[in-house]
Amino acid sequence: MSGFPRLTAVADHAVLVEFADAISDEAHSRVLALDQAIARAPMAGLRECVPAFVNLLVDFDPLATDHQAVSQALRVLLAQAAAPDRRPTQREVLVCYEPPFAPDLPEVAQRTGLTPEAVIAAHLAGAYQVFLYGFAPGYAYLAGVPAALRLDRKPAPVRGIAAGSVIIAGAQCLVTTLVMPTGWWIIGRSPTRILTGQAQRPFLFDVGDHVAFRRVSAADFDTAERANG
Amino acid sequence: MADAVLSILRAGPHVTLQDGGRRGMMRFGVPASGPMDRKALIVANTALGNAPGAAGIEVSLGGLEAECTSGAVTLAAAGGGFVIEVDGQRLGAWQVFTLRAGQRLVVRPGPWGSWMCLAVAGQIERPEWLGSLATHGPTGLGGGRLLAGETLTITQTRLLPDRALPCPASARPRHLLHAVAGPQDRFFSPQALADLQEGPFRLTSAYDRMGVRLAGPPLVPTGALSIPSEPILRGSIQVSGDGVATLLLADHQTTGGYPKIATVINDDLDGFVQCRPNQSVRFQLIAPQTAITIARQRAASFQRYLAQFAS
Repeated sequence: MSGFPRLTAVADHAVLVEFADAISDEAHSRVLALDQAIARAPMAGLRECVPAFVNLLVDFDPLATDHQAVSQALRVLLAQAAAPDRRPTQREVLVCYEPPFAPDLPEVAQRTGLTPEAVIAAHLAGAYQVFLYGFAPGYAYLAGVPAALRLDRKPAPVRGIAAGSVIIAGAQCLVTTLVMPTGWWIIGRSPTRILTGQAQRPFLFDVGDHVAFRRVSAADFDTAERANG
Repeated sequence: MADAVLSILRAGPHVTLQDGGRRGMMRFGVPASGPMDRKALIVANTALGNAPGAAGIEVSLGGLEAECTSGAVTLAAAGGGFVIEVDGQRLGAWQVFTLRAGQRLVVRPGPWGSWMCLAVAGQIERPEWLGSLATHGPTGLGGGRLLAGETLTITQTRLLPDRALPCPASARPRHLLHAVAGPQDRFFSPQALADLQEGPFRLTSAYDRMGVRLAGPPLVPTGALSIPSEPILRGSIQVSGDGVATLLLADHQTTGGYPKIATVINDDLDGFVQCRPNQSVRFQLIAPQTAITIARQRAASFQRYLAQFAS
């Protein structure tokens, strides 16, 4: 049962386009390509698109169109678009790995058999890409944690983790936007705001953007935080 | 006087400012939010001559008490069968009325329903988030919760005559929900899909603006519990590994890795949220094209209903 891309009707107002059952760069690249193709040539009745790892949800107004018409328009776009044609934008995120911002750094070092400095170097060396947003506003899942740092999440979430925490689990990294519980490993804190508070560009990343982390000292962290106001 | 000030004396949990919602932001992790019963706010706004999605106050079963400390403003109440009193005098649950300086408004749960909306003939002064006053409950972003001790300023107030609003049968709690199977129904046995339709499913007390956990026959997925996180909608019936179903609502997460056995059609959700914990619902699976037909019929009939009292 392959038949990808697979188009599935959802409720009375959406179509889910799936490119694979498991996460792969190729499937995600097709998600981005279709997302861009729709943005260039939106079909009648389109309300919004939600890109995820291996699939894309296309939400429409049922008073204006239906699953069949949307699916037909999607098949035309799918026949054209195989790869994203827009060069990904490079974004920079500052991160401070010093206490008290990196409570899990010692345990991550212990579990990976690296020194804390080597964990930091490995994290900075990762090539990260925004795969999707989810869970909470501005929670951007960055794929690209190097193999040496991939750990299963903790058995139980820890509560009250500060906004701005840089956390990792498996191949994913994210910068939290709210105080929330998390079972991921907290290896730093960022003064860079993913929810920017700016009307022109309320979210720092678009799905598909590339991200590099830049190390800052606690003093630079404080300066950057003050600049955030 | 052009402004009115409401002083919040008491507000239950989940009493928030809401408007027509924030569309187009799911790709950034932000659901539309907006009222749980979206039609209630549209009815109340229409009665005041407002735009259908103008900002108002959504009141939960926790209730609300407020005093008008200056000015005067006309309000419209719709949604559920709540008890509404001004200075101890009971009004209709669906009603246009005016609150004047010194008067006290009480909204508390009545014989039926879980959510009601108060529209205002004026402009609520609160900061928007992403172009909307709709409150995202889990974070409080948007117009925000109403809290005791706060004041709410309404500018450009208008005064309109009192009148009762008709409460249509379609606004009552909806216990039969139409749903389209999937998008991950392939992870469920035919028996689980039959059980979904057989039910019944009881609303548990784990019920807030994000969703409601249901108690009913277990719908155990047959595999693939680690599906890659994928988009979720208002109306998704998400099933955890132990077979427990949760129906996602206004402040739903935008992605998640639990399989969705079916998705409830949009129009049934406004009536569904008026059910209370311990009440039961059933699901009926329908074809996508039937879902579209129902959406169009319901929208046309709602427009006819609104036309009766549009000012």
